[in-house]
Amino acid sequence: MNALIVLIPIALLLGLAGLAGFLWSLRSGQFDDLEGAAVRILDDDED
Amino acid sequence: MKRAAPALAGGGHGSAYAEWVVRDGAISHLDLLVPDVHCAGCIHKIERTIGALDGVRCARVNLSTKRLSLDWEAGTTPIEVLIAKLDSLGFAHQPFERGVSADGDEDAAGGELLRALAVAGFAAGNVMLLSVSVWSGADAATRDLFHWLSALIALPATAYAGRPFFRSAFKALAHSRLNMDVPISIAVILAAGMSLFETITSGPNAYFDACVMLLFFLLSGRYLDHMMRARARSAVTQLLKLAPQSARVVSPNGTECYRRTDDLEPGTLVSVLAGERVPADGRVVEGLSDLDRSIVTGELVPESIGPGRQVEAGTLNLTGPLRVEVTAAGPETFLSRMIGMMEEAEQSKLRYVRMADWAAGIYAPLVHLAAAIAFVVWFWATGDWHVSLLTAIAVLIITCPCALGLAVPAVQMVACGRLFRRGILVKDGGALERLAEVDTVVLDKTGTLTTGAPELCEAPDLDEEAQKLVISLARRSSHPLSRALAASAPQVKSVAFDDLEEMPGLGLKAVRHGRELRLGSHEWCFRTLDGNASDLPSVFAAIDGRPVGPFRFRDELRADAIRTIELLRDRGLEILLVSGDLEPVVSLAAGRAGIADWRATARPGDKAGIVAELQDRGRRLLMVGDGTNDAPALATAHVSMAPSEASDVGRMSAGLVFTGAGLGAVAEAVSVARQARRLIRQNFALAALYNLIAVPVALAGLASPLVAAIAMSASSLIVTGNALRLGIDIPPAFERRCRRLAMVPEAAGT
Repeated sequence: MNALIVLIPIALLLGLAGLAGFLWSLRSGQFDDLEGAAVRILDDDED
Repeated sequence: MKRAAPALAGGGHGSAYAEWVVRDGAISHLDLLVPDVHCAGCIHKIERTIGALDGVRCARVNLSTKRLSLDWEAGTTPIEVLIAKLDSLGFAHQPFERGVSADGDEDAAGGELLRALAVAGFAAGNVMLLSVSVWSGADAATRDLFHWLSALIALPATAYAGRPFFRSAFKALAHSRLNMDVPISIAVILAAGMSLFETITSGPNAYFDACVMLLFFLLSGRYLDHMMRARARSAVTQLLKLAPQSARVVSPNGTECYRRTDDLEPGTLVSVLAGERVPADGRVVEGLSDLDRSIVTGELVPESIGPGRQVEAGTLNLTGPLRVEVTAAGPETFLSRMIGMMEEAEQSKLRYVRMADWAAGIYAPLVHLAAAIAFVVWFWATGDWHVSLLTAIAVLIITCPCALGLAVPAVQMVACGRLFRRGILVKDGGALERLAEVDTVVLDKTGTLTTGAPELCEAPDLDEEAQKLVISLARRSSHPLSRALAASAPQVKSVAFDDLEEMPGLGLKAVRHGRELRLGSHEWCFRTLDGNASDLPSVFAAIDGRPVGPFRFRDELRADAIRTIELLRDRGLEILLVSGDLEPVVSLAAGRAGIADWRATARPGDKAGIVAELQDRGRRLLMVGDGTNDAPALATAHVSMAPSEASDVGRMSAGLVFTGAGLGAVAEAVSVARQARRLIRQNFALAALYNLIAVPVALAGLASPLVAAIAMSASSLIVTGNALRLGIDIPPAFERRCRRLAMVPEAAGT
């Protein structure tokens, strides 16, 4: 039971961190241009 | 065919863009559509060049949407300079108004679905972990703790992730209709409320896991469906781009000024330079030129025009300057009428009932009825409202259309994936459903049944000298027929000419060693209109007035056209050829392809009319066409396909687009669509079978949260698994038949 008090919040926090990370990446436009991201890597001298 | 030539804004329109610029404090913003961007090099070139200009904060190209987003400090670099720089890089561009297009709305809806899906996924995972402990026998205090934790996660998640369903259900109820979202919303809300009640009263039955899992499965289906629809963009916005925004108006004293196209009036004189589109319907007053009328006729070969000829808005002036007296402007023009026709057609397509909605119409009332019966019967038998309500909720959750919600999108997604591997792009799932119902195929000629490029089919016997002269002359012209003539004899060495002149709309004149050579129309070479006996596109030549030629051209059929038509007919489809070309040419092509039924000289409106008329008679039409002139017919037809070389508008108005040189894609798409329909029906049957077993269990009050969770996941997995069969299975009977037919000519040949 004592272990649960520590483990459940950790599990939930990790899950929330993943969710927050996904929502953040969505909001910051990382999924807006999937094709562009794939070809930009071929560009050698990006500043 | 019909490349959308430099149709978009050329140079010198910088100031016209000023009204599209959005000011945000000290920063100006402009979004441009840059359709020609296609690789890392293009991105690099644009971003580096524009980004280096004074005051530009950000120049970012989005390759997926082909858009350039510009931010610069207001008052540093004028907009004209930015646009001129983009012109100098050679990229066509067009201002793009953010938020106005249907595109922007689509993105917003997709983003909301994806966020809801992420939240539901997170909640489902965590609540399920807690629920598994409860099911495996957590004792009273632990169970209550886990229920409270579940409630803490599930309630906000349900409130957030359920919004798309609640909203749609509310809208349906407000119009006193039922849709699939009504039972979903009721089930989710009741289940959440009841579970909360159970948690507060330390009861054993909390359905929090079922609640969020239901949302997760349903949102997956919704999102798959949305992704397919998002690919379909409105054809109308594409067509609008062909319409020039401004016109060069010639005032009575001979000076020229720019005026908005909408402000033109009949009687106004406008000047149209080579390379520009005609701004309004009118009559040529002055000038000779070649006109690309492909948006009217679908024909690649330009027409020679001179004073007195009618010209349509949106046609492209190729070679010489023209003065045109406006006869109709604004909403009266040919192009505007075509846009109107297409808007109408798209509206009518919205009335099409998709299979999922049709199933929902039958299913939703049944679900409500079953739940209501469960409540009434249990209350009558036991008198305990708590047990009765729990049973009713269990019935709602069990019957909730998880499997139905996934049945259609999963099959369509797999079908689209399979077609994609064969080079066929499906723009929305509805198109696939409609394709399965088709009983008649209407084909366009130029560019669809044929390759769209003229090929030399009849040439006179020439001595070496004459051939050298004619071919060399042809090489100097950019006219499509001249290029085809030049391409027919690549081995011939070019000779130089002393004097060379090209008359727009007529032909070429050159002098070599004192001999005059002419290449072009019959009139140009022999100064008479008589003598052109054939209806095939022809080129004539004269050496010192001595006739050489004619050279006649025809459009080659696509490689597998004959076999595809045979296959389609074999599948019980009727085939009709409709072309804007002249009768003899169409008849010849129809004969070669083995099509008995054909119509010639059909203008865009006629094509759409033929399609509409056949559909009124109860036929389901597949229209295959490529040109802008086919667009109204493509939009009107039950479903439509276009080759990827089609004009932008053609591509946009078609439900499916195929790449590659062959026409075989049409037969392939029909076959996959029919299989997809079969699988969707199987999935419906599976879902019904599942309900047949699960509903009595729920009605008997035996559906504990564990049973509900297992039943729901199992049914969803089964329909998804069944959908995946489409991806791996080779269609047995039809594929074998294809192969057999493919063998026939070879067998006959040996």
